[in-house]
Amino acid sequence: MRARPLTLGQRLTLAAPYLWIAAFFLAPMLLIAKISLSHSVLARPPYEPRFLPTDSLSDWWAKAQTLTFDNYRALVSDSLYFDAYVSSLAIAGVATLVTLVVAYPFALAMARSPRAWRPFLIGLAAAPFWTSFLIRVYAWIALLKDEGLINNALMALGLIDAPIQMFATNGAVVVGIVYSYLPFMLLPIYAALEGQDAGLREAAADLGASPVDVFLRVTLPLSREGVIAGALLVFIPAVGEFVIPDLLGGSDTLMIGRILWNDFFANHDWPAASAAAIALVTILLVPLVLWERARLHEGQERR
Amino acid sequence: MSAPLLSVQGATKAFGATVALDDVSLHVGAGEFFALLGPSGCGKTTLMRCIAGFETPDSGRLTLRGEDLAGVPPHKRPVNMMFQSYALFPHLDVFENVAFGLRRKGEAKEAIEARVGELLEMTQLAPFGARRINELSGGQRQRVALARALAPRPALLLLDEPLGALDRKLREETQFQLKEIQRKTQTSFVIVTHDQDEALALADRIAVMRAGRVEQIAPPLDLYENPATRFVAGFVGETNFVEGVVARRDGPVLQTSFARLPRATCALPEGARATLSIRPERIEVARDGAGIPGRVEDFVFRGEYTLLRVRVSPEIVLRVGAYDGRYQIGDEVKLTIGPEAGVLFAEEA
Repeated sequence: MRARPLTLGQRLTLAAPYLWIAAFFLAPMLLIAKISLSHSVLARPPYEPRFLPTDSLSDWWAKAQTLTFDNYRALVSDSLYFDAYVSSLAIAGVATLVTLVVAYPFALAMARSPRAWRPFLIGLAAAPFWTSFLIRVYAWIALLKDEGLINNALMALGLIDAPIQMFATNGAVVVGIVYSYLPFMLLPIYAALEGQDAGLREAAADLGASPVDVFLRVTLPLSREGVIAGALLVFIPAVGEFVIPDLLGGSDTLMIGRILWNDFFANHDWPAASAAAIALVTILLVPLVLWERARLHEGQERR
Repeated sequence: MSAPLLSVQGATKAFGATVALDDVSLHVGAGEFFALLGPSGCGKTTLMRCIAGFETPDSGRLTLRGEDLAGVPPHKRPVNMMFQSYALFPHLDVFENVAFGLRRKGEAKEAIEARVGELLEMTQLAPFGARRINELSGGQRQRVALARALAPRPALLLLDEPLGALDRKLREETQFQLKEIQRKTQTSFVIVTHDQDEALALADRIAVMRAGRVEQIAPPLDLYENPATRFVAGFVGETNFVEGVVARRDGPVLQTSFARLPRATCALPEGARATLSIRPERIEVARDGAGIPGRVEDFVFRGEYTLLRVRVSPEIVLRVGAYDGRYQIGDEVKLTIGPEAGVLFAEEA
């Protein structure tokens, strides 16, 4: 069957999101990619070469010759970057797992609550967004620091004699990420669970599955898509997170977001920072593309 | 009769102000094909869910093989259910769907493979073991649901409108298959249906339910020939209701607006208002001779007979089954209702 040619209105409607992405995502990405191939100089802007509209074509060609992959070589040779990537992936990975473990029971409880309550519960899940993200992260400092709420309470109860070091640790960063990103895990899992046919659970119970079996064999596998979506929504921004490690992490908390910030604002080494950013995007895109392809493949298999 | 496999005694269940089951009692024997028949909302599905363990009756007792089912959760009952929606697991293939109950029982791998193979064979699904559920046709899904419910060898199989989602031709074929499988496996089947043809075709005994109560429990033929209530007469099979008043002169007579119908027997007193239920095929039709005069208004060819709509008075049209003779619209006919034909009910207050 041949598709009908699209009308002008349909074309414009389809083009709009692509134009948006091209203007506000692709173009900046290309700029960053170009800067990542430049040299750092003491100037404004602090990189060379710059392709100016007043240049002749031969000027552009000469300038293009000076573009270099040195910044990427530095990423590989300087162990600071490598360690930062590994540490970022590890912290984001642990935080994603913890978020999943915390969010799943909430999502399950929401999905099994009386239908009339659900909009209210979703509202509650989204309620933290009514307060500034920054303020909420600052609030965690008050909870976690040595003379903070938690340590004071534990000491008052006589459970500990000296404050536990919680603030300025990787653990605090994980807590901050879990807290901040919980709704992004909660909502996709809730959507997957809410759409499940209760008849399937009854069928499983009818066939001899205990409540634990029903969960492990039916509910959990059927919520897979929601879990994957939620994990991606938490993991990807968490890897590049800057505010949370900067506020809650210690001086030894190594995350790529902080390195980027340092390169850009402290060292004014835009090319190095750009290369690190491009490398981060690549690291995050590869698994995403693979997953998407696996899903497409599965879809074709089921045809 | 040996002890019944399933016994329901005085089961009552209300959802808020709605009474779904009102003092229901029935028994299902071992190896029996039993049908719960009734219009939607009559409580048949609630009763089935009580047997499966998804609902708990407010009062009354359910026993299976003499053991009280109260407090036994669904996964510990030797009862399996074929769901109306089939409720097949979309993340598992056909084989794993059928094997689900066996795996929960912790059976050995070889035993599971043998049993699943046997069931796939029986339900003509052998080539489809590796298929996903969404790759199957409606009829195939229906058979997977049946195989899955039968796999753990339940003492009792519950079937909730098992043929409801199939088209007419497939339904007929599947009726025979169901009956054959029931005979082969010697499992007791309890089928829930609103389709009287299905119940009549499949079941050894039928319980007709209405508004949470059992109206009558009887084998199909008895149900058809001797309905216990006017509701049963109307719900099972096609019938005419003729209203009149009982009179007794030389034997009982039903005096109707269009004829005096002599009755062989009648337990109702003189002057009682009564309704006669008479099946179309029990009304004899002829072109002439004695009988109630009428005029053919309309006819529907039904294959082995023709259903005539015959007007016998300005207000009353009877449906009559004619097995021979070609009748045309407008034909004058004579109808005879024998004194033995039909069942007389007292007018419901």
